[in-house]
Amino acid sequence: MSIAIALTVNGKPVSAEVSPDTLLVDFIRDNLNLTGTHVGCDTSQCGACTVHLDGNAIKSCTMLAVQADGSKVVTIEGIGDRDNLHPMQAAFRQCHGLQCGFCTPGMIMSAIDLVNHSDDLTNASIRKGLEGNICRCTGYQNIVKAVETAAKEMEA
Amino acid sequence: MYAFNYHKPATLEQAKSLYADCEDPYFIAGGHTLLPTMKQRLVSPTDLIDLAGIEDLVGISIDGDELVIGAMTTHGEVAASSMVADFSSGLAQLAAKIGDTQVRYRGTIGGSVANNDPSADYPAGLLGSGATIVTDQRQIAADDFFVDLFETALQEGEMIRSVRFPGVSRSAYQKFDNPASRYAIVGVFVSEGNGEVRVAVTGAGASVFRNSDMEQALAGDFSASALNSINVLPDEFNSDLHASPAYRAALVKEMAKRAVASIQ
Amino acid sequence: MSEQETTVGKRVLRKEDFRLITGEGSYTDDINLPNQTYAYFVRSPMARAGIKGIDLRKALQSEGVVDILTGQQLAEDGLGALPCGWMVLSADGSEMKQPAHPVLANDKVNYVGEPLAIVLAESKRQAKDAAELVEVDYEELPVLTNAREAAVSDIQLYDEIPGNRSFNWELGEKEATDKVFESADHIVSMDIYNNRLIPNAMEPRAAIGDYSRGNQDYTLYTTSQNPHVARLVLTAFVQIAPEHKLRVIAPDVGGGFGSKIYVYSEETACLWAASKIARPVKWTADRSESFLTDAHGRDHHTHGELALSADGTFEGLRIKTIANVGAYLSLFASAVPTYLYGTLLAGQYKTPNVYVEVDSIFTNTAPVDAYRGAGRPEATYILERLVEKAARSLSMDPSEIRRKNFIQPEDFPYQTPVALEYDIGNYEASLDRAMEMAAVSDFDARRADSQARGKLRGLGYSCYIEACGIAPSKMVGELGAGVGLWESGEVRVNATGSVTVLTGAHSHGQGHETTFAQIVADRFGIDIDDVEVVHGDTGRMDMGMGTYGSRSLAVGGSALDRASDKIIAKGLKIAAHLLGVSEEEIEFKAPEFKVKNSNAAKTFQEIAFAAYVPHDYPDDLEPGLAEKAFYDPQNFTYPAGCYICEVEIDPATGVTSIEKFTAVDDFGKIINPMIVEGQVHGGLVQGIGQAMLENCVYDENGQLLSGSYMDYCMPRADDFPNFDVDLTETACTHNPLGVKGCGEAGAIGSPPAVINAITDALGILDMDMPATPYKIWQIISAQEGQ
Repeated sequence: MSIAIALTVNGKPVSAEVSPDTLLVDFIRDNLNLTGTHVGCDTSQCGACTVHLDGNAIKSCTMLAVQADGSKVVTIEGIGDRDNLHPMQAAFRQCHGLQCGFCTPGMIMSAIDLVNHSDDLTNASIRKGLEGNICRCTGYQNIVKAVETAAKEMEA
Repeated sequence: MYAFNYHKPATLEQAKSLYADCEDPYFIAGGHTLLPTMKQRLVSPTDLIDLAGIEDLVGISIDGDELVIGAMTTHGEVAASSMVADFSSGLAQLAAKIGDTQVRYRGTIGGSVANNDPSADYPAGLLGSGATIVTDQRQIAADDFFVDLFETALQEGEMIRSVRFPGVSRSAYQKFDNPASRYAIVGVFVSEGNGEVRVAVTGAGASVFRNSDMEQALAGDFSASALNSINVLPDEFNSDLHASPAYRAALVKEMAKRAVASIQ
Repeated sequence: MSEQETTVGKRVLRKEDFRLITGEGSYTDDINLPNQTYAYFVRSPMARAGIKGIDLRKALQSEGVVDILTGQQLAEDGLGALPCGWMVLSADGSEMKQPAHPVLANDKVNYVGEPLAIVLAESKRQAKDAAELVEVDYEELPVLTNAREAAVSDIQLYDEIPGNRSFNWELGEKEATDKVFESADHIVSMDIYNNRLIPNAMEPRAAIGDYSRGNQDYTLYTTSQNPHVARLVLTAFVQIAPEHKLRVIAPDVGGGFGSKIYVYSEETACLWAASKIARPVKWTADRSESFLTDAHGRDHHTHGELALSADGTFEGLRIKTIANVGAYLSLFASAVPTYLYGTLLAGQYKTPNVYVEVDSIFTNTAPVDAYRGAGRPEATYILERLVEKAARSLSMDPSEIRRKNFIQPEDFPYQTPVALEYDIGNYEASLDRAMEMAAVSDFDARRADSQARGKLRGLGYSCYIEACGIAPSKMVGELGAGVGLWESGEVRVNATGSVTVLTGAHSHGQGHETTFAQIVADRFGIDIDDVEVVHGDTGRMDMGMGTYGSRSLAVGGSALDRASDKIIAKGLKIAAHLLGVSEEEIEFKAPEFKVKNSNAAKTFQEIAFAAYVPHDYPDDLEPGLAEKAFYDPQNFTYPAGCYICEVEIDPATGVTSIEKFTAVDDFGKIINPMIVEGQVHGGLVQGIGQAMLENCVYDENGQLLSGSYMDYCMPRADDFPNFDVDLTETACTHNPLGVKGCGEAGAIGSPPAVINAITDALGILDMDMPATPYKIWQIISAQEGQ
């Protein structure tokens, strides 16, 4: 069985025939060749696969591509590029909020969602807000700093 | 995942008729339990019937003196709803503690309730509030709904439409997270209103349950100190890498005291 | 030209970040080759069993299957076993024992998850579907998972290995140490278990094997910390291909922490399978497979004793350790509980007599190998726990007992009783700074405040030393290792004056593309943006040893410094020719080669251009400007520091919160303090994670109970607070950069600080890691029951 889906990815319309068992993350990586979204676990815990679905951060490993039919998906590739970084991307670099970079796209997508959906962020609330993303390298301290930095920029 | 067919009906009737026609169908709501289970190849439905296309399953409203939450309403929507917060602070606290941000955007109350995971949060909220589960066929009191480990009163093919919460004068939820998974090792929902006190416990046993000793003690004196003399028996409590039955019993008492203290 | 501002010592932002924050990194799983097949491994569900037969018939008929290869075919092709690279000699002089470690198990499986067949199919799902149809006839055998039990068990896992013991290694003077214990005023002893950990780099392991039949060229893309070592192992030992016919590429790698040093079955099988079917073979681990088969870390049972005089002077240390090495000796496995453990047991102290004995024991668990710190965390943990216990037993202040026994600045170079010679350090400086930052003098007031709120507060110290820059060939050669680890680097000055730097070190988060560029840019006085660092490809850089043991800067960076020396030496010759003077009259003052006491000069760029436009060159001047250097360190480097942890415990739930964590490290000269701080933060969370959260648990049947993030507790953002970190500095005396290494210190120093703080809060002397709420609640409940 394959099913026709049509969605918007990073602002561009995309349509495809997919098998129902295709995960959204596999569709993004394999069909669209947007490999910035990563897979770090198989139990919906690590958050490396986080993308925005209709404006909210979701784990694309825990959603079928067919479920995203008609939705707007934004991946790390859709928020900014080297010459025009999103404030969150810029803050991650500025604050050394990444090391190996594998969790980083998912972390950035979650962090943007966090800033978009909360006011009065504190060190503790940022840490709580990122509980769905695991990083093994940074010890999180500079990620928190990056989110604090970007939050000011995004509000401005 | 094994291969399966996918359907996205627009109405309850279509969903029901698809269910009747398929060989081994599963309804999928937020999918945050079902999809990981399918990825591990522990279940292999022939057909997934996605309930996301059925509009009247989503939403939060007040109906008379009850709060009504549609089955497909996400944890994030419940956590962010001022209507919920005004109606039941405990329920709002509970929804905000389920999983993580990304999970809350997808996971739904109906999916959680129908699954009845022993460490899920919502069963405590429903039982502790004296809620009613409205299905496509009937209304089931929470007291009768949660039967056993991953087992509910739902019949084959029966679908949850909404959950109705009676107004309570005060409620609170305290959760002790499994440090790894962030599911509840123990979660205690306490409410007072409609002439009764309810104390519902999740995470500790095979399925959510009420603690009548605590309810009686609190009915006489709604204060944390009223629970000091309660002895929570660990018999038949869950045991795993993260907590023994005795530790769970201690946490049940402590979480109950903290819940009560927050609203006394 | 204007003088370029120097970059060393400054917080230079990372060059590698742009691609990683925009999703343009290229990790192994991001790479796809035309016509590739997908591999899935059939793995043992049992911890120990004979394989009586493998029936592939159903699986081969499954849709999309290209082929299924087993250990039998591998043996028929004459492929070798996966080697352990470090020889360790037992106390009696005999060589360590090890079972053959087959790429695919053939007649017996020895741990859950061990691969025994590789299924190749047109899609991932088809490969997995077919793998489920492979029928294996197992004959179950008795299982051992606990090394302490395996050491005395009647069950013998391998016919050729009595007592399940790989080796019994010792270091130090046994008799002299025993004698000290006979007459000591005080003896403090302790039995500890250093909990087993699963590395969990966020990128699961992956590989793509590729083979061109026409040229008989092999290419392997793999998640490796050391592609050159992988090439050596796959060619010289496994003998898949001749060394000059294999190119190994480790592109962006998502964290290693040791677990990506080793050459595993999976990438080996993918490469071999690619040659069998003449199509690329791609494999990416599920996280569940990572849990089962990435080499695990730690797992030491240790009995430690410290002998003290009446005034608290350390007189002797005696350590007996049983190290679990798992089912096979992985690539570095034997070095971890020996050369990287026993040698560190002197710590920061002048203990005159140290003796250590290590039994290395096989069990039916995944292989255990180097994980961030590798041996040094285990040494630091037992030593710093003993020291803290001694302080409490003698009613001495824990800082004072340490201070009293520190090796003093004037004692360096200091020869320890366990082989190492520390070149330099100042341990009181880091202790003083840490105590000041941690506001130790006000701790009693904070403890009283906690008590008033019904909470328990505790303070714990850890003064660690470690050894980086693995491994000086001469030193480890004398220990019997049979190998030594240099590093190589090449500095290639392009005709336009930009510089390509090639290094055998591999960066998978450490920021070499920036720090190595800083070193070279400063040497030549050029902009860091004009320096590109290339790593991770044996086809571009011909030699290397890779990145582990915090060696890259001290060894690889030093190699680049030496290569830069050679560039400057050559530049002097070119400048002399261009300026018409003798070489002796030229000096290099970045960025210019100039005639001494004159204004005549040539810029670095002019020299570079002239190197490739060799008009009128004298006969003895070779065109070109590219130099290579190998650097073999004379000694390890010895980072050291002091960590102080302050905790508060909620007795009702057993929950511990880290209230304050102070880390003061001496890493020698610092190239980029921003990157150093990041390394410390990450190391601390891994170390504190070991102390409080992480635990790998097998059941008695050898099934992994902590096999996913649902049960293996990974540190998350909200588990710990911000840390207070600072540096002291004594420059390393024996490498040209004065650097020591910073990648592992956090994970080495922090566990005992945490446990010392928690036991202080609880008023007890002993408890094992991880200090989970459950475990702490049990301790408090038992105390209340008394």
